[in-house]
Amino acid sequence: MSELTRLTAAELAAKIQAKEVSAVEVAQAHLDRIADVDPAVHAFLHVSAESALAQARAVDEDVAAGNQPASPLAGVPLALKDVVTMQGAPTTCGSKMLEGWHPPYDATITTKMLEAGIVILGKTNMDEFAMGSSTENSAYGPTRNPWDLDRIPGGSGGGSSAALAAFEAPLAIGTDTGGSIRQPGAVTGTVGVKPTYGGVSRYGLVAFSSSLDQAGPCARTVMDAALLHEVIGGHDPLDATSIDEPVPAVVQAVREGSIGDLRGLKIGVVKEFSGDGYEPGVMVSFNEAVERLRSLGAEIVEVSCPHFKYALSAYYLIAPSECSSNLARFDAMRYGIRVGDNGERSAEEVMSLTRDAGFGPEVKRRIMIGTYALSSGYYDAYYGSAQKVRTLIKRDFEAAYEKADVLVSPTTPTTAFPLGERTDNPMAMYLADLCTIPASLAGHPAMSVPSRLSGVDGLPVGLQIMAPALQETRMYRVAAAYEVARNEADGGPLINRVPELEVAR
Amino acid sequence: MTAAAELMDYDEVISKFDPVLGLEVHVELSTATKMFCGCPVTFGGEPNTQVCPTCLGLPGALPVVNANAVASAIRIGLALNCEIAEWCRFARKNYFYPDMPKNFQTSQYDEPIAFNGWLDVELEDGTVVRVDIERAHMEEDTGKSLHVGGATGRIHGAEHSLLDYNRAGVPLIEIVTKPITGTGARAPEVARAYVTALRDLLRALDVSDVRMDQGSLRCDANVSLMAKDASEFGTRTETKNVNSLRSVERAVRFEMTRQAAVLQAGGRIVQETRHFDESTGSTSSGRAKETSEDYRYFPEPDLVPIAPSREWVEELRQTLPEMPSVRRKRIQAEWNLTDLELRDLLNVGAVDLIAATVDAGASPGEARAWWVSQLAQEANSRGVELADLPITPKQVAEVIKMVASGQLTNKLARSAVEGVLAGEGEPAEVVEKRNLKVVSDESALTAAVDEALAAQPDVLEKIRSGKVAAAGAIVGAVMKATKGQADAKRVRELILERANA
Repeated sequence: MSELTRLTAAELAAKIQAKEVSAVEVAQAHLDRIADVDPAVHAFLHVSAESALAQARAVDEDVAAGNQPASPLAGVPLALKDVVTMQGAPTTCGSKMLEGWHPPYDATITTKMLEAGIVILGKTNMDEFAMGSSTENSAYGPTRNPWDLDRIPGGSGGGSSAALAAFEAPLAIGTDTGGSIRQPGAVTGTVGVKPTYGGVSRYGLVAFSSSLDQAGPCARTVMDAALLHEVIGGHDPLDATSIDEPVPAVVQAVREGSIGDLRGLKIGVVKEFSGDGYEPGVMVSFNEAVERLRSLGAEIVEVSCPHFKYALSAYYLIAPSECSSNLARFDAMRYGIRVGDNGERSAEEVMSLTRDAGFGPEVKRRIMIGTYALSSGYYDAYYGSAQKVRTLIKRDFEAAYEKADVLVSPTTPTTAFPLGERTDNPMAMYLADLCTIPASLAGHPAMSVPSRLSGVDGLPVGLQIMAPALQETRMYRVAAAYEVARNEADGGPLINRVPELEVAR
Repeated sequence: MTAAAELMDYDEVISKFDPVLGLEVHVELSTATKMFCGCPVTFGGEPNTQVCPTCLGLPGALPVVNANAVASAIRIGLALNCEIAEWCRFARKNYFYPDMPKNFQTSQYDEPIAFNGWLDVELEDGTVVRVDIERAHMEEDTGKSLHVGGATGRIHGAEHSLLDYNRAGVPLIEIVTKPITGTGARAPEVARAYVTALRDLLRALDVSDVRMDQGSLRCDANVSLMAKDASEFGTRTETKNVNSLRSVERAVRFEMTRQAAVLQAGGRIVQETRHFDESTGSTSSGRAKETSEDYRYFPEPDLVPIAPSREWVEELRQTLPEMPSVRRKRIQAEWNLTDLELRDLLNVGAVDLIAATVDAGASPGEARAWWVSQLAQEANSRGVELADLPITPKQVAEVIKMVASGQLTNKLARSAVEGVLAGEGEPAEVVEKRNLKVVSDESALTAAVDEALAAQPDVLEKIRSGKVAAAGAIVGAVMKATKGQADAKRVRELILERANA
């Protein structure tokens, strides 16, 4: 493996600007790595080698001309989750429904990244339409966890997290509706950040659940995530729900946090995030992380969020309700696949046949749940009640943030589970997002940082850090301080312990 | 086709039943861009040329509310004496139909922008009926389907369908009345007068083209009957596809006589959508609404709530124009019209058109003459409302100004108007294309006069001998030679000049 693929995004950008290495060499090293390991990992659905190298050449020309870099990430490769549109490449959302669809427009974040000189390597695998926690719901086959190829890389953004852990890319874009950035980050020993709802434009992000979906940065270090956060964040006039506020100064927050001093900061431990269903290895890791934060000077307080126990149920009404409406547009009329159009059948029949063939079982399950929850006579009992729970959860958070500046919890109750273990048990699969869903429902920022390997199965465990809306700087500061401290104690980043993958050629 | 419906004699209907009406009017706003994206809103573009990722509902695309459309909605609400919501949301109305790109319509459900208003409607004999307005809400239009093959032009039985999404996402305001009761025999007339008054109001607000023939104003008529001694409304039908003011009246009347016959025979009315057929004046059954379709409304999560500040609402109130009824009274005084004359103008729907023509620079007399003679006849022979003729007051004023300045004779002006009506373009373009300009080239005119005089030496003699009236024959010949494009007055002067030269 080329040493270039082991570097962080910040290091790569610096080397490119210092002309120690060209952006094309960096891109090529990662493309080679993808060719070597992706047959086993299957993180990518599409590799855009040609356009990636062209983007890299443009950065090199900029460097040669002595121009200011377009951004602190100019020339750094990135893996884009296949739910975000980019011209010149297909967007499938991991679904048969959109097989071969080439979007005629770029997502706002795609535009921002290209303008920042980021080199987009390709599109990563995901659970179909971002519905799932293991990437096993992809119509194109599962992605495997580089820590153990027989285990899941998390989901829905398992392609992005696996690409980071397999050193196929130093940066990735994920999207998080109930945990699809944070849970894959936790189970692959990488960093995943869900920004405040509205902090990053959703324009060009194929919607699963509009009131919850949020794109965010994925990386192997907190600083790299912060650098990417500042590139993709900010107001977008094309997204009515985008917040018209400056992007939080998260890079500065990481620098401050790296000093390793959290004195004066109150960190809340949510009482409800423990007990049944939490693996001992996860809890040991979590308790150790809390102690480490205390040793950095933070004051640890216990907080109670009594309504969090309803969060999962509320989520599984709100998200399917919105998805039942969002996915109605896949009707074989304008784009995507069309099944059964023999010149005899009616539009309705073709629509029905196409949706039957194009959607996988989990997507169908959620469309049916959502259709039912919104239907006349059930709306108040289901969707209406779920929205009330959402309000109660926000109030729980408000009360908690009266006592603490940030909250922490395990990111997931368990480490990466074996492929196939939960595919026949949707309820067990849904539990993977137990800890991540409350912040999603509140629209608050939250992130997962690697803590340690579980003493039980030797797999990575993540620490979730949550903050109030638009207070990303607090979250990044704590994450950076924690990262420095744990790396010191552990003799290096957790990701260094990922096993070597077998090379395909 | 089903057998022709049994109908009850209208007088008998009225003696036995009380009609209840509910009118839903959809108005396409004439904003520059669509409700949720930047695509232009213009009628008649090549199919699928005014579209973008958002109005095509492409995966990942998002809507953003058009603030001008909200302003128009509020102005309409204020003009209809409605309360304006302090906070309201859009909602998704979910149903599958190929001309609706997202398979949901972004609309408003239980939180309309305007509600609880009224509109006073004047009938032909001067009676004023107050129609209560339930609500006016914002939504987006669908695309258009053209079903090819099959007898009915509807989707069922069609061989294939063509879809044009240019109209998808055009801003619509839906205005819904409360049940209109107690109008008895005049119900059809009230329905027509209401839509007319609403159209005039919307035109005065300058928020829509209000062209029923082009679909920028569409009316659905809900009609039910209740027996004289009943205390509850009967089951209603909703008649769609009512594309002219006359049709509104006919559709309501037809439904009253049809429903009465059904009820009289012991049958019951099916709650359903019915289609109005312009050619027969009858309605036919569409889809049954017995089990009302479940649209699974929920608040649109892609948009933030609309909370118009009271200051903005007051600012918009200041922009309201003189209401058409007030304006009519003023115009009657200014044009010095008797009640009968005004009513005649009203009956042909000419008042606002004449006023607009006057506003565009024509004299009231000329404007009146054009609209009540040639144009009224044209509307009559086409079977459309005067306002629905494909000519605008501004264009009529243009022609009148050309006559006043001597560029056109009255005869040429009629040809120019014909050209505009035939879709040949603006008056100036028609004059150019049809070569209608008055011949003002003196030498050409003189030559034509000389030629005519030479051809009729006997007439020339008469003129020379002082019988000036004889010149008429020569004028005729010259006009014929110049294809009517000469100014007759100038021709007469030239004839006398040349004859006596």
